[in-house]
Amino acid sequence: MVGLHHSEFKNPVIRWIDTRLPIFTLMQAEYGKFPTPKNFNSLWNFGAFATVMLVVMIITGIFLAMNYDPNTSHAFDSVEHIMRDVNFGWLLRYLHSNGASMFFAVVYIHTFRGLYYGSYKAPRELLWILGMVIFLLLMATAFLGYTLPWGQMSFWGATVITNLFSAIPFVGKAIVTWLWGGFSVDNPTLNRFFAFHFLLPFVICAVVFLHVWALHMTGSNNPTGVEPKTAADTVPFHPYYTAKDFLGVVIFMMVYAAFTFYFPNILGHPDNYIEGNPMVTPAHIVPEWYFLPFYAILRAVTWTITIPFTSIVLIEAKLGGVLAMFGSIAVLFALPWLDRNPVRSCNYRPVYQKFMWALVVIWILLGMAGGHAPDDHVMIFGTDLGFTWVVIAQLGMLYYFVHFLVVVPYLSKHEKTLPLPESIDADVQAKIAAKIAAIKGGNA
Amino acid sequence: MAVVGAGAVAWPLLNSMEPAADTLAMSTTEIDVSNIPAGVGKTVMWQGKPVFVRHRTPEEIAEAQKADSATMVDPEKDSARVQKPEWLIVVGVCTHLGCVPVGETPTENRGEFGGWFCPCHGSQYDTSGRIRKGPAPKNLAVPPYKFVSDTQVRIG
Repeated sequence: MVGLHHSEFKNPVIRWIDTRLPIFTLMQAEYGKFPTPKNFNSLWNFGAFATVMLVVMIITGIFLAMNYDPNTSHAFDSVEHIMRDVNFGWLLRYLHSNGASMFFAVVYIHTFRGLYYGSYKAPRELLWILGMVIFLLLMATAFLGYTLPWGQMSFWGATVITNLFSAIPFVGKAIVTWLWGGFSVDNPTLNRFFAFHFLLPFVICAVVFLHVWALHMTGSNNPTGVEPKTAADTVPFHPYYTAKDFLGVVIFMMVYAAFTFYFPNILGHPDNYIEGNPMVTPAHIVPEWYFLPFYAILRAVTWTITIPFTSIVLIEAKLGGVLAMFGSIAVLFALPWLDRNPVRSCNYRPVYQKFMWALVVIWILLGMAGGHAPDDHVMIFGTDLGFTWVVIAQLGMLYYFVHFLVVVPYLSKHEKTLPLPESIDADVQAKIAAKIAAIKGGNA
Repeated sequence: MAVVGAGAVAWPLLNSMEPAADTLAMSTTEIDVSNIPAGVGKTVMWQGKPVFVRHRTPEEIAEAQKADSATMVDPEKDSARVQKPEWLIVVGVCTHLGCVPVGETPTENRGEFGGWFCPCHGSQYDTSGRIRKGPAPKNLAVPPYKFVSDTQVRIG
């Protein structure tokens, strides 16, 4: 009986199972006793929110699929059938469509947390990269899913995004035909998009498993960016963080419910309630809000790169836009090697902290630029500023790449950082002491 | 060997995503152009895509021919794009990201060059369907077509 696991559990049934498959020991070690830094703030809740959203999306998605028909002549009607005739169909669909927005909001904040507190640095590089893989899969899944209702935005969004691949030199056109299974976005396209939209969430589950596995190998980062040194720096995951996550999820669910029940269409586009028509393009094609910054970068490249002093085109504007958009994600993959500053948390990097917040502002501006037509003039309170949104997109894109390719590597070597606390415990004790002093000072 | 084996397994799967035989069976579209007044275009469906059949006015033809010498993103002579100067037939799919440009009727926005304007990302085409401004890299494509009589055109 060499291979049998010596279970610590007393209950005979649990012990019987655990001896043969130590799943209870595993859960106990990873989610029970798991030593976790004791100074998490609320930003550390968002991984749990993302997990909840993945589960909600898969469950609502499976039940929607039971009533959805992936055929171009029935798809739009079947979604209306879900909305009007299927019991609780409206609830499933609104949970699913608003769930996509919630999922992205959570993932963006989760990623910002990683950026701000340097969670991507050694030894967590692979953890970060797996997170980026999940992000890419999530974007692909969301795009495929948005096509399914077969409204005008669905159809034209699918057309525009699949056409991105036509920018690839020589083989682009053949690739697009292959993606479509025809000469335009049509029934074969809708069928395969449905198949992949169903498949990818399970691939995401698998990568999430690897992401969590990698997290449990290195342990969590924390707001100080200082690794735990002694038992005084950590608390067991249960009950401390199960309780914190539970409270967080309850609050998060209130926000999600508010959108689902009170503003179910506020994040969508009215045009998507018009059935997809290959002969008429809507006046203004906009992706969902979570893609707007990337869409702005795509459209920001309006110039062609030629070999100097000749008219030989190296990179057409269209290819340039596509490269810039994918490049904006590629730099995130490279981030652990662009930033080698040993101090993780922006709280101890006063210069980088400012650039970090600038990045957030620029990201929001890029999102606004993505929501406007490129030729729209920028207006503030009715005053025309005399330039168009494409200029904002270009400046935003410039900052984005300068941030990651110039500022980050430069500050990685040259920033004068603040002294780090001795340990997580020392930092927590100092903060408590400061609070007590403030209270006493206030009373005096 | 393993690579060859994996390739042999992957190929039928990937190849199944190519257009099927019935999709490939080239459908042709035949149209009667006699009822299209000068200065107006008609949009017809060919292979799931819109095709613009534009009855050009003498001014529009002159403008297109005059522009032959202008600097262009995708230089092409007007004469190479038409069989009969008064009929311009092009695929109505913007070469940028595949939207359908507007401008078939004079009341629609035709852009600065009097042809078509793509509402998605602002590409502007002239009266020969050539890209003159905006992000699109190529002129509107000319599909294979034939005048089977003076008023009948077969596209495809």
